Amino acid sequence: MSLHLAILRNQYRDSVALMQLSAALAKLEGIRQASAVMATPANLALLERAGLINDAPEAAPNDLLIALEGDEAAFAGALDAARQALEAKGGDGDGGPQRLPANSLTMALERQPDSNLALISVPGQYASAEAEKALRAGLNVMLFSDNVSGEDERRLKELATELGRIVMGPDCGTAIIHGVPLAFANVCRPGRIGCVGASGTGLQQVTVLVDRLGEGVSQAIGTGGHDLAEAIGGLSMLAGIRALGEDDATEVIVLVSKPPAEAVARKVLDAAIATGKPVVVNFLGADPARLPQHPHLHYASTLQSAAQMAVAMARGAAVTDCAPVFDAETARGARGLLAPEQRTLRGLYSGGTFCYEATLMLGGALPGLRSNTPTKAVPAPDDVWQVGGHCLIDLGDDEFTRGRPHPMIDHRLRNERFVAAAADPSVAVILFDIVLGYGAHEDPLAAMRDTLLEVRAMAREAGRALHLVATVCGTDADPQGYARQCEGFAELGVMLTASNAEAVALARAIVADL
Amino acid sequence: MSKLFGEQLAIVNLGLSSFADAARTQGAAVIHPEWQPPAAGDRDTGLALARLFKDPRVEAANRQAYAAYLASQPVWVGMGRAKEVVPGMGAQMILHSGPPIAWDEMCGPVQGAIIGAILFEGWADSPQAARALAASGQVAFEPCQHHHAVGPMGGIISPSMPVFVVRDSEHGHLTFSNMNEGLGKVLRFGAYSDDVLERLAWMRDELAPVLAGAIEALGGVELKPLMAQALHMGDEVHNRNAAATGLLLKKLVPAILRLDIDAGLKARAIEFVSANDHFFLNLSMAACKAMLLAAEGVPGSSMVTGMGRNGVRFGIRLSGTGDTWFTAPAPVVHGLFFSGFGPDDAAPDLGDSVITETAGVGGFAMAASPAIVRFVGGSASDALAHSLAMREITLGQNPAFTLPSLDFASSAAGIDARKVVDTGIMPVINTGIAHKEAGVGQVGAGITHAPAECFHQALRALAQTLAD
Repeated sequence: MSLHLAILRNQYRDSVALMQLSAALAKLEGIRQASAVMATPANLALLERAGLINDAPEAAPNDLLIALEGDEAAFAGALDAARQALEAKGGDGDGGPQRLPANSLTMALERQPDSNLALISVPGQYASAEAEKALRAGLNVMLFSDNVSGEDERRLKELATELGRIVMGPDCGTAIIHGVPLAFANVCRPGRIGCVGASGTGLQQVTVLVDRLGEGVSQAIGTGGHDLAEAIGGLSMLAGIRALGEDDATEVIVLVSKPPAEAVARKVLDAAIATGKPVVVNFLGADPARLPQHPHLHYASTLQSAAQMAVAMARGAAVTDCAPVFDAETARGARGLLAPEQRTLRGLYSGGTFCYEATLMLGGALPGLRSNTPTKAVPAPDDVWQVGGHCLIDLGDDEFTRGRPHPMIDHRLRNERFVAAAADPSVAVILFDIVLGYGAHEDPLAAMRDTLLEVRAMAREAGRALHLVATVCGTDADPQGYARQCEGFAELGVMLTASNAEAVALARAIVADL
Repeated sequence: MSKLFGEQLAIVNLGLSSFADAARTQGAAVIHPEWQPPAAGDRDTGLALARLFKDPRVEAANRQAYAAYLASQPVWVGMGRAKEVVPGMGAQMILHSGPPIAWDEMCGPVQGAIIGAILFEGWADSPQAARALAASGQVAFEPCQHHHAVGPMGGIISPSMPVFVVRDSEHGHLTFSNMNEGLGKVLRFGAYSDDVLERLAWMRDELAPVLAGAIEALGGVELKPLMAQALHMGDEVHNRNAAATGLLLKKLVPAILRLDIDAGLKARAIEFVSANDHFFLNLSMAACKAMLLAAEGVPGSSMVTGMGRNGVRFGIRLSGTGDTWFTAPAPVVHGLFFSGFGPDDAAPDLGDSVITETAGVGGFAMAASPAIVRFVGGSASDALAHSLAMREITLGQNPAFTLPSLDFASSAAGIDARKVVDTGIMPVINTGIAHKEAGVGQVGAGITHAPAECFHQALRALAQTLAD
């Protein structure tokens, strides 16, 4: 048994608190006797009598003494415990006022110190400051907000690179991290296919198809649509590729983007090769022949094909890029029902990447095609509010969402466009998408049912057969339920396909060369 | 992926609450603050905050400043004449509370107190002459806090006034405060009538020497433990000092009684201190100044080391921005008024006594003082709420000051300007209200908050000092 005495200068505590502390210290293993007291002459005499000190120490009545008797090895721990007890923040008072609700990143981090991701959807002018704070606090960032300047985006992404973090976005609508769908995303089973995408609906399409093909998603990382621009240099996609490369659960990587600038594409593909994992690449509309070739790189021509190739790769099966299939019989039948003046296709999309994919696929096939997700071959319409001929419209474009909810959430504007299309006697096919998952409307079927019934009634009254061709982008685990939604839309006479590419192929077969 | 995203997703959701619900449903830990644009929407300040957020340089500087504040051990070591002990005190200089201010800008009570001080010094023989002298530019006016001093309300210290001398035994520096004259017609509220000046002369000639003798005999009085004990007895050592003054008397009286001086002197000194429940306030303030002085001058630190009001402007200083004051118009205090007075009579917020809040007592320790809460127009639970809220904007909690009604939690201390700007929670201040006209005195008491604008400016300036 040995003795130890610690003197904490000028730490006044009332005697009740010190008695409690003494009792707590005496219960510690290896401590036989403990006393925490203010160093008054009376207390010093008590300590001496108890054999806790031999000589009176140099201490004033305002000094706190902690006297211990026990195993030497236990003293350090006991003193730590004493300091902790003395510095304890204490309770919030019984029945007293509650701690303030958090109103800021500062307060959120106090309340959830292990936070590792900031999901930011505040107005654009504040978003970059919040993102910077989150990065500096060691968090990854998903920046749903738009209206963040290119300069801010570059700065944030350079900071993230420096700190070993990732900024998904700005304007990033979709991600799945550790199976948790973020913002607009679907509930996919966990698995071995990891995705990085600059396009939100592109990622949604690939992940739901992977899920429906029986495989699962390790992570789906969004980068925001500007990431692969020359000024940003694909910093987020590079970070995402690196992360998937290091992730043991990821066996196959899928990259989705519009074709990047050549220098950026080379950097991204080099990083992809460096992971040593097989990589399926869908640079929407790029000619694979003009992209770098490497045994690990596999180019897919559609989002659906990217999903199919990734699944085949994961299963060790043969990997080939396949064109979308459609039932030729169905197409012929539908074509046969059209009135002579019904010649045009109207695309009414809520997903920008779906619209873009349709534009790419229909570019050479439909004369005079216009699209508000234009390509080199397909110009934009003069007026997106007044369209005619073959035309594809992304209703999620800024033009339509300024001051209005996104069409995935609020179907009213698109419903009006359905009615307008049905009133146009030249329209043969309405091509569209139905997006499920978190973030999207809780029941698109209910939101569209009346409109689809009305559209069909209008066509019937006019003596026309108006064909509705669509794909449902979702999984059975989505809150809306893929099967239930499909069943409902089929009952309303919508011709459903497994993917957007297949819907486009079917629609093309119905209206091409009329 | 464990490297990038950790084992389990823990999300801070800023913005759309539906995103939080969805992620929570899918098993992620999510916190969804009711986000407001920081800095009241001022984008430049918001960006300055972002630069400084969790900046390792700021974190290290704050640890250093805060540790020095915690380690400080203020001891009342004696009395002195301002011109002899206060550093930089000029022969024709008058110190005032708060940030710097010119004579013609000063509020009524401060001008009145300066007239009183000029008369007290004998630099003029009438109030009119004193006013003319003050306006002539021949008297230097400087903030107390530029001279390691603090003073409540007008905070007037002139060269021959007696001051408390407090020494930080840990760091060795000295701080100062004038002596508390009591309530009613007193200099610090701008009164300069003959009885006020006579009292000041008596304090200089009789009271200060008696106290000096007692302190010498006692070998100094440790102030932090005394403040800590007073917090357990219903004081918050800003607006209520009844317990602390009593505790001080327990030390002083035996020492005074043993002095080898005239019995009448002893009696008058003891009676004066006993009759003034606020006597300890000025010592509390000097102690707080000592603790904060220890934290000053750490480059990069966002810790607030000074606050003060001159009745026109409220000012703050940061450890990392040197002697610069960041000021905004002094707010009006919301509170209760003595009968016969109302908000129209009130001067804007005034005095250096907000140094107590800066040091983690006063309004920050309001939970300790249910008695003061009604006086400043609130309920007991409001007091707890204020003390809890202050934890959101401080670097830590000072284990030297514990609050019984919060289960002996330590009082929040060390204001971090970054946290103030990000949360929009402003330091709460318990304060007396002066009449806007010189010499009327205290007309009420209440609660106010430091103005947000001071913290915005301070943060932008601190970001500048750290810019590459």
